[in-house]
Amino acid sequence: MSAERNDAIRVESLAKSFGAVTALVDVSLRLREGECLGLIGDNGAGKSTLIKILSGFQRPDAGRIFVNGEEASLRSVDHARSLGIDTVYQDLALIPTLSVAHNMFLNRELTAGIGPFRWLANGEMRRRARSYIDGIGIKTLRSVRSEVAMLSGGQRQAIAIARSVHSGARILLLDEPLAAMGAKEGEMILDLIRDLKEKGHSMIVVAHNYVHVLEVCDRVILLQHGRITLDRLSSETTAEELTELVAREYRRQRDGRREQADTPEG
Amino acid sequence: MAISEGELTAPERRAGLGWRVTGALVRRREASIFVVAVLLCIYFSLENAAFYSTDNLKNISETMAPIALIAAGQTMLLICGEIDLALGRVYALAPAIVYVVSSEEQHGLPLWMGMTAALLVSAAVGLTSGVITTFLRVPSFITTLGMLFLLNGITLHLLSGTQVFMPGGDLFQNIFGSQPFEYFLYLNSEFWWALGIVLALQFVLIRTRWGLHTIATGGNLIGAAESGVNVRMVKIGNFVLANVLAGFAGVMDSTRITTIVPLQGGADIMFLAVAGAVIGGTSLFGGQGSVIGAFIGVAVLVILRTGFSIIGVSAFTFDLIIGIAIIASMVVNVQVARLRNLGRLQ
Repeated sequence: MSAERNDAIRVESLAKSFGAVTALVDVSLRLREGECLGLIGDNGAGKSTLIKILSGFQRPDAGRIFVNGEEASLRSVDHARSLGIDTVYQDLALIPTLSVAHNMFLNRELTAGIGPFRWLANGEMRRRARSYIDGIGIKTLRSVRSEVAMLSGGQRQAIAIARSVHSGARILLLDEPLAAMGAKEGEMILDLIRDLKEKGHSMIVVAHNYVHVLEVCDRVILLQHGRITLDRLSSETTAEELTELVAREYRRQRDGRREQADTPEG
Repeated sequence: MAISEGELTAPERRAGLGWRVTGALVRRREASIFVVAVLLCIYFSLENAAFYSTDNLKNISETMAPIALIAAGQTMLLICGEIDLALGRVYALAPAIVYVVSSEEQHGLPLWMGMTAALLVSAAVGLTSGVITTFLRVPSFITTLGMLFLLNGITLHLLSGTQVFMPGGDLFQNIFGSQPFEYFLYLNSEFWWALGIVLALQFVLIRTRWGLHTIATGGNLIGAAESGVNVRMVKIGNFVLANVLAGFAGVMDSTRITTIVPLQGGADIMFLAVAGAVIGGTSLFGGQGSVIGAFIGVAVLVILRTGFSIIGVSAFTFDLIIGIAIIASMVVNVQVARLRNLGRLQ
């Protein structure tokens, strides 16, 4: 039983379909405490659906989910958050016209005031935002007064992650954190992920770049057509192997389609 | 990480002096439009001394006040990503309610009851527009376009389509409309109401949660909702606010001129308010704006209009200039947003 208590998330036989389209079939996985799990697979393999179910955005058709050893139904995004699960989506949910500090405290603003008259404690929010950002090692941000619209993709990603961490999330679901980012910025985010892992956060990272995944994740899961076809420690696989697995599946599908096309109709 | 700033992506790159100056002017949009207002005043005063006469100051303050009040509410709505085309009709409906409740010819109830009823009806109009826009998902442009006609119909019914006398005693007149002898610093009481409300609302916008959530709702609707901001409440609240302010402006204007004209205000005053807001730096795409900027924007429009009439330029030219000013402001807004996203402006 001790192994189960150490699972941040355990999923058993998860299934989900949208009408005629099957998104997930019998998916079972474990995310251990303080572990970084890479989730890879082609577009449409079911990665997004899995993330959306774990973040409480969608409900599965079948299967059970355990969070920190206890069964949880994940009714809503708020419910998932209350259990310490937070998702950083690709769009990041940042407000471009607000400052970094205001974004970090959006809907959790610090206020000062007398009785019912409350105003924003901007100084305190800036001070804390600065220390959060310094704390997770984002070194390129000049000022927390900067509008998010003026930041680079990597800085925005880092701020979105910092916001989740400081909202109290212990389990982070990162959807394509390295998408559309240069090498140096990508390296900054990888550093950030390593740092969070050291601090005991559990993470599922969705990514397309296998080299990055193997670099930062302890374990890799490959989803193909809604099924897990590989679940292996990063040290026991290589980018070449993963590429080959995905490519083989692609060839198989292509040939299948060709055969179908060759077969006369009727 | 040993990365020097020069090697980083675009936003970290040092911007040229020109870009930095442009950036500063654009960020302090209120300041730049204020400079325009002052330059216009100097120009018109040099052209014709009548411009800085007390009569003209009164004239400017009287014309400005109702537009500025409507612009203040409209700005909040624009920032949260909505618009209310019917505000100019609430401006006519509210004094009509005061008439029905408090006029001797009608129910003859105390004025404060008429005033309360007028503001409650204005709030109810805003609530209706807000609920239809957020819960029934009709774009506010359409919701309030319908409301624009609907309210006009109601006002015409209430007043039987004719001009009536606005009820009100001396005290009421002095507080809300001002008699000719009640000017303070040559500016009428309605102007002071407008200025006070604008300053309060600017504080709400930049220093309270409500303001922050208003910007967030217009800046990234889905993102704000994902962060737990009640975006529907934000929008409905701002609809109510804008309508109450428009109603209040209508009551004060009718008190000042002592009559209610069923067709007063309308789309004209509402679009002037939008023009002032846009010139003052509010984006029609939502997510950014300034209530003070809108106030100064309205001032510029009114200064232009009175200034032109004083130096004898035709009213046609005024419309021509407003048109150019709106388009130019919008071009600046859009292009600045584009440049910022590219990281060119610091």
